Amino acid sequence: MNRREFNRLLTAGAVAGILPSTNIAFAHTGPNYDIPQKGNARLLHITDCHAQLMPIYFREPNVNMGLNEAFGRTPHVVGEAFLKKNALSPHSMEAHAFTYLNFNAAAREYGKVGGFAHLNTLVKSLRETAGGKDNCLLLDGGDTWQGSATAYWTRGKDMVQAANLLGVDVMTGHWEFTYQDDEVLSNVDEFDGEFLAQNIKLTEDALFEGKHAHDEDTGHVFKPYTLRELNGHKVAIIGQAFPYTPVANPQRFIPDWTFGIRNQDLQELVDNIKENDKPDAIILLSHNGMDVDLKLASVVTGIDFILGGHTHDGVPIPVTIKNSGGQTVVTNAGSNGKFVGVLDLQLEKGKVKGYDYRLLPVFSNFIKADPEMAALIDTIRKPHIETLNEPLATTESLLYRRGNFNGTFDQLICDALRHELNAEISLSPGFRWGTTVLPGQAITFEHVMDQTCITYPETYARDMLGSEIKAILEDVADNLFHPDPFYQQGGDMVRVGGMNYICDPIAAAGNRITQMTLDSGKSIDANKTYKVAGWATVGSKAPGKPIWDVVASYLRNQKHVNITQVNSPKLLNVNNNPGIVL
Amino acid sequence: MALTRRKFINLLTVGSTACLTLLTPLTSFAAWASDAFNATKIEDAYQNLFGSTELIESDAVVLKVPKIAENGGAVPVSVKTDMKNVESISVFVKDNPQPLTASFTLPKGTIADVSTRIKLAQTSTVTAVVKADGKLYSKSQEVKVTIGGCGG
Repeated sequence: MNRREFNRLLTAGAVAGILPSTNIAFAHTGPNYDIPQKGNARLLHITDCHAQLMPIYFREPNVNMGLNEAFGRTPHVVGEAFLKKNALSPHSMEAHAFTYLNFNAAAREYGKVGGFAHLNTLVKSLRETAGGKDNCLLLDGGDTWQGSATAYWTRGKDMVQAANLLGVDVMTGHWEFTYQDDEVLSNVDEFDGEFLAQNIKLTEDALFEGKHAHDEDTGHVFKPYTLRELNGHKVAIIGQAFPYTPVANPQRFIPDWTFGIRNQDLQELVDNIKENDKPDAIILLSHNGMDVDLKLASVVTGIDFILGGHTHDGVPIPVTIKNSGGQTVVTNAGSNGKFVGVLDLQLEKGKVKGYDYRLLPVFSNFIKADPEMAALIDTIRKPHIETLNEPLATTESLLYRRGNFNGTFDQLICDALRHELNAEISLSPGFRWGTTVLPGQAITFEHVMDQTCITYPETYARDMLGSEIKAILEDVADNLFHPDPFYQQGGDMVRVGGMNYICDPIAAAGNRITQMTLDSGKSIDANKTYKVAGWATVGSKAPGKPIWDVVASYLRNQKHVNITQVNSPKLLNVNNNPGIVL
Repeated sequence: MALTRRKFINLLTVGSTACLTLLTPLTSFAAWASDAFNATKIEDAYQNLFGSTELIESDAVVLKVPKIAENGGAVPVSVKTDMKNVESISVFVKDNPQPLTASFTLPKGTIADVSTRIKLAQTSTVTAVVKADGKLYSKSQEVKVTIGGCGG
C-alpha cells in the first residue's frame, strides 16, 4: 500500500463523517508507510505488544521522570518537551502516537492503533520493500504472550499462532515466563522462530537434576544467540530476557531458572562471537528497559545495536552511546502493537557502514487488515466473544494506566478493591501495559482483562501496619528511582487507593516516602493497623477472587464511572523536570 | 558417549564417601578463623582474618553476584582472578550480622575461581577479597534484597 492509497482511505473516511470536527486543527495527511530500503539489510522490530491482537487506544504518559543522569534524557521527556526533543510537529499524527497531548480529540481523529491484522499488512509491505525474507528479519522483544484475555485463556498459545503467521524470526521474553515453566517450553516448541536468552540459566540444583537446558555445559536454558545471513552478510542476534523476572514476577512458575543482567557474561559472549563467528553486525534483542540498555551500552563493547523494550518507550530517535570499543545505538519500540521499528543497515565485511532507523506508528485506520491474520484472530476470539464484549459500565473519564503514578484506570481498580473488599487502603501494581478507554465508550470485560489479566490475579484484604505500607512504597520507589539503572526493574510506582503521600524521588532509599495520610486527611500511623486490599502478590498465591471479577462486579454495580480524584502523590524536587506535566 | 557435566557430577556423588576425609581440614580451619567469622563489623573481620584492613580495589578481581537477589536466602556468588600466587579468596557481606561469609584457602597452583551461595539479611555491599603475594585486592558490589513485584 502506498501513500496515495492511504490518503484516499483518509478522504473516504472524512466523507463518511468518521472524523469529527474538533477545536484543534489536526494535520490531515495520512501516515507514510512506503519506506524504501536504504542499505542492504533490514531488521523489523516489535516489542511489548502484550497480546493485543485487535486495534486499541493507548495513551502515552504525562509523567515519565528521569533523575540524576537520566534527567531530561531520552526517554524521560513528555508532552511538548518530547515534541521539541524529537522535532515532531504539534497536532500531527506522530505527536498523537508518541505523546499524550490532546489525547481524546486526537484519538477520535486518527482512530485506534496496532492490531495484528494491520501489523501483518505493514510487516509484509516493509519486508517486500527490502527484497523479501532473505534481506529482512522480524525481531520480537517479548511480552507477546500476555496482556489479553485470550492470551490468558489459551496460556499464550493464541499469540504463538499469531506470531508464527506474522513471521517472527527471533524473540526473547519477560511476561512469557509467568506461565508455568513446562508451558513456556511447550510454547517455545510451537513457536516457528528462535527463542533466545543469554541471561537465563538453570539453577545449579536444576542442572544437577537434569532439567531441560539448551546447553548443559553453560547452563543456558535457551539458545543465547543466533547467526543469520542477510543479503549475504552474517548478523549475530543475542537475546536478553527481562533480567529481574523472578523478582518482579512470581518465581514459583519458573523455580529452576535464574536470570540477571549478566553483563560480564554478555561481554564474554560478544567477544567469542566476534572472534569465532566474525559477523558483520551484532544485535542485542533486549527486554532490559531503556535506562538499563543505555548503561549496558556504556559498559559492554562490541554490540552495534540494542533493540530494546520493556519500558514501553516510543523512541523515534535512537540514542548513540560511545564506549571503549566504539559505539552502540540503543532503541526502544513502545508497546501494545503501536509501533514497528525499521532498522535499515548498510553492512560491509565485518562492520556496519551506516544505518537508518524509523519507528513507525501503526495507525489501524490507514492500513488494510490482512485477511489471513484477521481470520485467525476471529477464530481465536469467537468462542469468547460474548464474554469479551460484555459492557460493564460507561465512562465519563478517559481511562488509562501508563505513567509513573496512578492513572485513571488504576484509580478505578483501586476504588473497586476498596469498595468490594471493604478496605481502607488499596494497592495495585504499576504495570505499564493496559489499554485506554475513551470518554463515552463502554467499559467492556475485555478492557478490564486488558488491564488485569496476569497468571497471579488473586486478590487479598489483610491488616497491615502503617510501617509495612511505607516499606512497600519505599521498596517499589527504589525499584523505579534507584540512581543506578542496573538496580531498576522497570514498571512504575505501585498505585494506591484511599491514601496519599509525598514522594521525593531523589531522596535516599528508605527516605522517599513521607506524610502518608488517609483520604480523610488523617495521618497514617506506623504502629497502627489498616485494612489493605490488593492483588498480584509475587511471593505466594493470595486467597481472594481474581482481580477482574472484583473490578467487573464493581463496574456492573456502578454502571457509570467518573474518576474525579486520583491518589497520585505530591512530588518534591521535580521542578523543571521535562519528564513531568501535571 | 560424551560425558556431560551433570553425568560427571552424578558419578562424583556415587563416590562421595571417599570425599569425606577431604572435608576434615575445613573443620579445623573454621576453628582457626573463628575470630574472623564471629566478628560483627566488617573492619574487625578483615583485621581478624588478614591481620590488616588495607584493601586495594582492583578490577582484576572478577566478582559475579546478582545486583538484585532473586532469593536473599541463597545468593549465588563467584569470584575469580588471573592474578598470580593467590593464597585465599574471601567473601564479606557488610550488613550481615557476621560479615565474613566464606573464605577459601587455595593451595599453590590452584586456578583462582570459586563459587558459593551466600545469605543476605538485607540489601548490602558484597566484597570479595583476593589475597595474592601477601597483598589484599578487593572488588565490591551492592546486592539489593527487595520485596519484589510490580515490574513490567
